[in-house]
Amino acid sequence: MEHWSPTTIIDESPPPPSVAVRLARDPKVACAGGFILFLIVLAIAAPLIAPKDPLAQDLLMTTVPPAGFADAAPGFLLGTDGLGRDVLSRVIFGTRVSLTVAFVAAGLACLIGSLLGLLAGFFGHFVDTLISRLVDIWMAFPPVLLSILLVALLGTGLHSVIIAIVVIDWTRFCRVVRTETMGQAQMDYVVAARTIGFARPAILFREILPNVVPVLIALLTLEMGIAVVVEAILSFVGLSVSSDTPTWGGMVAEGRQIVHEAWWVLAAPLVALFATVVAFNQLGDGLARSLDPVLRR
Amino acid sequence: MLLAIVVNRLAMALVTLAGVAVVVFVLLRVVPGDPVAMMISPGAGPADIAALKAHYGLDTPLLTQFWIWIRGVVTGDFGTSITLHVYVTDVLASRLPATIELALLALIVAVIVGGGIAIAGTLMRRTPGEAAIDGLNSILLAVPDFIWALALVLIFAVALPILPLTGRIDPALAQGFATRFYLAESILTGRFAVAANIASHMIMPTLALALPLAAVIVRLLKQSLKEAMTQDYVLLARIKGFRELHLVLHEALRNAVGPTLALTGVQFTFLVGGTVIVERIFAYPGIGNLAIDAVINRDFPLIQGLVLLFGLIFILINIGVDLSVAALNPRLRHG
Amino acid sequence: MTAPRLSIEALSAISLRDGDRPILRRVTLAVGTGEVHGLVGESGAGKSTIAKAVLGIIPSQVKVTGGRIDFEGRDLLALSAAASRDVLGRDIALVPQDPSTALNPSRRIDAQMTDGLRLKRGLSMKDARLRARALLEEVQIRDPDRVLVSYPHQLSGGMRQRVLIAAAFGLEPKLVIADEPTTALDVTVQKQILRLIRSLQERHGTSVLFVSHDLGVVAKICDRVTVLYMGKVVEQGATADVLGAPHHAYTKALLAANPRYDRPDTGLEPTPPDVIAALRAEIAAFDANAGTGARHG
Repeated sequence: MEHWSPTTIIDESPPPPSVAVRLARDPKVACAGGFILFLIVLAIAAPLIAPKDPLAQDLLMTTVPPAGFADAAPGFLLGTDGLGRDVLSRVIFGTRVSLTVAFVAAGLACLIGSLLGLLAGFFGHFVDTLISRLVDIWMAFPPVLLSILLVALLGTGLHSVIIAIVVIDWTRFCRVVRTETMGQAQMDYVVAARTIGFARPAILFREILPNVVPVLIALLTLEMGIAVVVEAILSFVGLSVSSDTPTWGGMVAEGRQIVHEAWWVLAAPLVALFATVVAFNQLGDGLARSLDPVLRR
Repeated sequence: MLLAIVVNRLAMALVTLAGVAVVVFVLLRVVPGDPVAMMISPGAGPADIAALKAHYGLDTPLLTQFWIWIRGVVTGDFGTSITLHVYVTDVLASRLPATIELALLALIVAVIVGGGIAIAGTLMRRTPGEAAIDGLNSILLAVPDFIWALALVLIFAVALPILPLTGRIDPALAQGFATRFYLAESILTGRFAVAANIASHMIMPTLALALPLAAVIVRLLKQSLKEAMTQDYVLLARIKGFRELHLVLHEALRNAVGPTLALTGVQFTFLVGGTVIVERIFAYPGIGNLAIDAVINRDFPLIQGLVLLFGLIFILINIGVDLSVAALNPRLRHG
Repeated sequence: MTAPRLSIEALSAISLRDGDRPILRRVTLAVGTGEVHGLVGESGAGKSTIAKAVLGIIPSQVKVTGGRIDFEGRDLLALSAAASRDVLGRDIALVPQDPSTALNPSRRIDAQMTDGLRLKRGLSMKDARLRARALLEEVQIRDPDRVLVSYPHQLSGGMRQRVLIAAAFGLEPKLVIADEPTTALDVTVQKQILRLIRSLQERHGTSVLFVSHDLGVVAKICDRVTVLYMGKVVEQGATADVLGAPHHAYTKALLAANPRYDRPDTGLEPTPPDVIAALRAEIAAFDANAGTGARHG
């Protein structure tokens, strides 16, 4: 029997996605998660893993190229910077600052933003108007400018960076949680709970919060990526931790200055930043997709 | 209908701006850090410091300072910059055009690149080509303008040193301009060599700002286009005998643009915010670069002016987006 | 006896998604010049698939496994994409089922009516617009100028269907496929639309393949009828013969199941189980004969 095939590919609505898109089986997400775990290990065990002391200067060995290039020196896998410090060790130690900021700042922003969002969404009316107005005003500031402003005013240091990130990005969580809460608060089970006589805070935390948590986790992961970038920008401008502590942003700033003589000083931390940001993003994306059926494509 | 939207938004805008003004004003004065102390020479005594403070009105109560400033703002006087010793309005006016050109050029590039790839991806749907676009785009979506800028520096400083790394224009060519809109003016007056020089300076900062936005456009527009292509009216047009590209451009596109437009507007405000760091990296003389210096030097009047300016720009962009979305929807225009 | 306009010969197709379940079983039918040919059957019988095969828009999960669709001496199934585009719109047109989704909500009616005319008949914008106006008058739209500058959401369902009919016949095609054109309309409007199609068809000498599940509608407008069950032709012939004196048990059952408005004492009768059993046996025998690879579900 001969077979014919039509010559055009015709569109119809896409079939519903298969149910079994589990997180662990998605290769991109598994990779991303694995990489972040790797970074955590690096951060915790930095002194054990880094080949050299990140602060040790050697003015006889400045701007040595990485292994494989002409004039490379043994023991300095990624070369040295303008003060003879080992680039690889500094990148490894840089994970400490970046991850600390990522987890603490994003976590706090999530906490505060969600709390305010819950209050706004649940109590509505005056509370909601107040908080929403606040969010609007907040979002009228350019984020980078605001963060630089805050850190400049609060003084340099890790705590300032964290406070700055929290102060800027809490609105992101607040908005999402507020919308979710408002949606949930209309639902029958909440009305029923109130009729039975559950106290409002109880309803808030026992009924609504669990439904909001999945979206929050996805958003939190994305926020961690953003926090890493903000910290890098602040380091770049010279407003993060003291210049002794190695940070990726600080290395980038120095690398930018000597890019013609020693491009690897810029390249190494930049690649680290890129990989970290992409990893957090893929993880957050994957979480969002598997937790929210509407977002699946 | 459209007028109602504009009026509504403008009213809310004023409230928001007022809030912004208050917040930044209070923030600057409440937190430690003395601008005057940064300006005086080491040998100055307390009398000199007091005199300088009085000169800038920093010794009066908070409320008085605010009242004086607001009065000035309403009449168009934003005060004098502490570090630059010129009127804030003057310095803002002289630096704003550079940033406007940069931001608009980035927007145009983002729309062309993002839109083009989205359309190509739609034409390639259900082929490996589309999967490749999706995969690459999802990774590049994560990359912020900061990282793009530095990557571009690496590529064009080390690998292909063909572009200037800093500035806006060769100092030798910066003569004979009536406005500060150097790029637009040089193109409109036919001075193409000068325009090319300016463009070569702007390529990298423009790309750094445009690529994140382009990635967002690719994702959203392609999704909307693909969905529109499943609709019956596209099928009917196909049966009329139109080719694939025609179907995408003439039938699907106008129905897919709405949500993309709204998101592009929001993302454009992020782009404008991104000029702060991108201008710094490329030493581009716009208001973003100015802002960093102002903050580091605690130049209160300049900081206040800049924050209000950025706030105003954001609000105008949002209003513009709301209007465009409403204008595109025939149901809203023709009831 | 002149050659038929459209000749479908032994068309067979399977569903790739359903484990190669047969959708069409060697369907053969012919539509003569100026003839209105009804294609009847219940949902899922394969009527739409036949229509889509003629129009060259078979969805990707359906595969044609045999047969030929002869139109003007060419096999529509074997045409290249370019050749197919050439034939469509100029010689074959479609009156779709749902007028609310078949018109682009963002384009004006005049644009949607003139683009086909300009593409296929090479008319200028001015001439195309005049022709569109004349077409609207032909379908008895009273103020064609207002309709031309309207958007689809500003017109009623009946008006939209008239516009679609005008657009389809306006290109003076040789064959029009009418895919359940009255199903989405009110009963009162249905009659008018049917009369309209009939009069247009007679005036232009167009052949029509009229797909429907409604025997009453088919009886009113069709010259000849093909009855389809599970992708197999069970009866075929002049309308008066097939519906007046049916041979096949299924046709009889279909007629019995149709409420007759002129005979209020007849109720709806489901197809008797022995008829269904006989049909199943018939299909099974057909599949067994059709050779390897065809499984029936």
